[in-house]
Amino acid sequence: MAGDPDVDDLLPLPPATFHILMALADEDRHGYAIIQEIAARTDGALRLSAGTLYRSIQRMIDQDLIIEVHERPAPEEDDERRRYYRITRFGTAVARAEAKRLQALVRLARLSGFVPRSAS
Amino acid sequence: MTGAPLARGARAFIGVLLRLYPASFRTEYGADIRAMFARRWRQTATVAARATLCIDAVADAVRNAPLVHWDILRQDVVFALRAMRRAPALGFTVILVTAIGIGATTAAFSLADHVLLKPLPFRDPERLVKIWQLPRGGGRLEASPANFRDWKEEVSAYESVGAFNAYSANLVGAGDPLRLDGSSVSGELFGVLGVSALIGRTIVPADDRVSAPATVVISERLWRTRFAADPAVIGTTVVLNDAVRVVVGVMPRTFEFPTRTVDFWIPFQFAPEAWVYFNPYLQIVARLKPGVSRAQALAETRKLTEEIARRISRDPDGGRMSANVIGMRDELLPQSRMLLWGLLAASGALLIIACTNLASLLLTRGLARQKELALRAALGAGRHRMLRQMLTENLLLAGVGGVAGVALAAAYVPTLARLVPSGLPISDIPGIDVRLLSMALAVTMASAIGFGLVPALRTLQHADAAALREGARGGSSRRTERVRGMLVIAQVGASVLLLVASGLLLRALLRVQQIDPGFRTEGVVTARTALPLPKYEAVAVRHQFFDRVLGDVRALPGVSNAAYITGLPMLMRGMIWTVSLPGREQLSEFRATVSLRFVTPGFFATMGIPLRAGRDVADSDTQNSLPVAVVSQSFVDRYWPGQNPIGRRFAALGALRGERIVVGVVGNILWRALERNSEPQLYLPSQQVDDGAMVNHMPKELVVKSSLPPASLVPAIRAIVARADPQQPVSDVQRLSDVLDGETAPRRVQVRVLGAFAAIAFLLTAIGLHGLLAYNVSQRAREIGVRLALGAQRRSILAIVMQRGLALAAAGVVIGAALALVAGRLLQTLLAGVSPTDVVTFAAAVGLSVLMTIAGSLLPAVRALRVDPIEVIRAE
Repeated sequence: MAGDPDVDDLLPLPPATFHILMALADEDRHGYAIIQEIAARTDGALRLSAGTLYRSIQRMIDQDLIIEVHERPAPEEDDERRRYYRITRFGTAVARAEAKRLQALVRLARLSGFVPRSAS
Repeated sequence: MTGAPLARGARAFIGVLLRLYPASFRTEYGADIRAMFARRWRQTATVAARATLCIDAVADAVRNAPLVHWDILRQDVVFALRAMRRAPALGFTVILVTAIGIGATTAAFSLADHVLLKPLPFRDPERLVKIWQLPRGGGRLEASPANFRDWKEEVSAYESVGAFNAYSANLVGAGDPLRLDGSSVSGELFGVLGVSALIGRTIVPADDRVSAPATVVISERLWRTRFAADPAVIGTTVVLNDAVRVVVGVMPRTFEFPTRTVDFWIPFQFAPEAWVYFNPYLQIVARLKPGVSRAQALAETRKLTEEIARRISRDPDGGRMSANVIGMRDELLPQSRMLLWGLLAASGALLIIACTNLASLLLTRGLARQKELALRAALGAGRHRMLRQMLTENLLLAGVGGVAGVALAAAYVPTLARLVPSGLPISDIPGIDVRLLSMALAVTMASAIGFGLVPALRTLQHADAAALREGARGGSSRRTERVRGMLVIAQVGASVLLLVASGLLLRALLRVQQIDPGFRTEGVVTARTALPLPKYEAVAVRHQFFDRVLGDVRALPGVSNAAYITGLPMLMRGMIWTVSLPGREQLSEFRATVSLRFVTPGFFATMGIPLRAGRDVADSDTQNSLPVAVVSQSFVDRYWPGQNPIGRRFAALGALRGERIVVGVVGNILWRALERNSEPQLYLPSQQVDDGAMVNHMPKELVVKSSLPPASLVPAIRAIVARADPQQPVSDVQRLSDVLDGETAPRRVQVRVLGAFAAIAFLLTAIGLHGLLAYNVSQRAREIGVRLALGAQRRSILAIVMQRGLALAAAGVVIGAALALVAGRLLQTLLAGVSPTDVVTFAAAVGLSVLMTIAGSLLPAVRALRVDPIEVIRAE
């Protein structure tokens, strides 16, 4: 899938989109869980707003990066309506391609001396 | 817990914010966003924290809602473009129809706005009026200087009163001599209008005194073309008609008064003997005092004018003259006004046809896509989302159509502008401004929403599961059918109306073109050499010029004849003179008026005017010989009916003292216009006038009959004139046939414009009818197939389809013809005597409509005949 022109069409990904894909990499999550996961992964540096989250989700569904799954894991402490989102195979491919693109970019930055050696 | 009412308040708050998002997004994610907000609300405790939360939520919605709208719009546009690529013909038709409707409406409206509504470019233009003399028989007449003085000095309703008059002159100096249109103005005129000069000053009352130095104000155009836009022109002198004048000002480009072609303004400088009542040639503009109505001014002006007329007239009936006061904006011929309303009505009819067609097309499209929509609804697409998508699609099509329409309007406004004679002091070509563009936009949006939303809603209503059933007939309800039938009837009616109206105008044009002007135009070229005074005041001096020019022109190879005359028919309409006959001094004023021209020998032969009796004027008819005259047949018919006029005497009054003997009779010609009665004609030898007398009757139009093309003849004429007098300009060079064509030009434009409207309406109606019937046939394919299978004749199937078309057309024709009867009566002033119920025109319009119905029904009928019964029944 890496050479798929559709994948390249979507790059570079908006940061919110990439973060959401990363949050869904290991398991299906509902909206609020995605926000929490991203906050946790970034040590609280990035906290998506509800509007940004659902705007991204709507677009990502249209782009086939994620799908909505209607199965519900065991309910936790409340009775909120929960809709879970799952990354698609295409979504995974796009996320990989984005990671690769960023990697190449970092490599270039390092050659320019912008990246401290200790950080590698 | 205290959180409950707060939570309700928070719920309302987030509900308002969610309104910013598109409905489809709100339906999909509203609950989640609300829940997320509620959770965070519960997690915060302090008022400050909750305030921060609310601010964050507002910022979030304000930032993201437009982006979501944009996402959806982009998606819908992509979708619409894809749909258009799938069915380009339909999309193209919608765009075309919208463009035509909007183009026609915008163009017609911009013209009407320009002529009827736009304020004149003067200070407080609503206070400006024109004052005319009102002869007893009606109509209007220019004012005499004494009238002007009375109104100016004695009518209290006017703040100021000014006079003007057309005045052309030769400009001599550096470069070629130039013939210029200008205007004589009274000292008050510029003040009345409230205009000021671009540089220098305007003409002021001090310039208008007899003893004042001669001054002139020039146009910006003349300043630019002749004086290189040099500000130092102020204070320099120019020579106009041999008089030296000081340039005191330059008027701005926007000042086009009284007409667009005017290049200079000079003061009248009325001499003491000029203040008379019997010389009407002034046009009067007045400014009402603030708060004074036109009616008040009219009453006061009338009273004064009638009183004075009674006082100075010996007629026992009292004064013959009254006055009329007309708002300056309303100085428009009734025909022009009628034409504008007609144009607006025609464009309205076209807009209705375009919109109904659009509705019909969109309805068809909606119905055709019912299955697709039902499928999408079944797959969970919200109604809002689908409605929005269809609306975007329609707006896109209408938007493209609207832009094309405005471009169309911009391209055709100049043509339309020729419909309106340039009688008003405003620029001839109306512009398309913001107001018009916003009107076009409003019409576009209204037609797209009005005629797109209704079909879309109807479609969605039907887009239920039923439409998905195999073999379902697409859900075209009887009501939809009826609505579409009515739309077609409206279209046929409107196009019959336009056909009849343009047909009547065409008949009027043909009738006018067939009017015999009394002279032949073939091979005749005319040119003007207006000789300046006082240089050419003496008859002998100007005849040296005429003889030299005419002799040289006649010597040109290919030229068969040439002559000079005072003014050309159709171009110089006035020059009315009074005659008296021995023993018949009691002739009423009207009966005594004739149209007077001075001619050189050969004029009648050059113009192809037949000599009925006697002889032409001759070179031997001089100041010292017996005064003679050539008269028209109508002159003879009026004064000596049934008698031999040759050798009879009559007296021409005024400056032409003394009796004249009739030596020749020629055919009548139409001097005033093709469509007006002309006075009897009187031709006098150009040499038989006193030196310095009747100088504005001096011959100035050269007419040349030749077999040469004008392109080679005209340079030769210019060279000949330049040899005779190097300072003499040649102007107004044209073919005589162009002069005559100028008479019918407005009518030809009328026919062309209205004819184009009718043709477009006709085409659109055919498209509409075809669309309806084609859809009808496709809907009834199954029924037709069954009938065929049951042994129905193909002929009866054909009848079913054609019947429907003809029934709709018949209803439309009846309505259209009824409307056309009304319209014809309204148009009567433009019809040149053609009856508004002209049978030929109505028959032609009805015949064309029947033909159109047949043409529109043909394809669907053929398709109905091609229905294969086996195929249809198998599909069940």
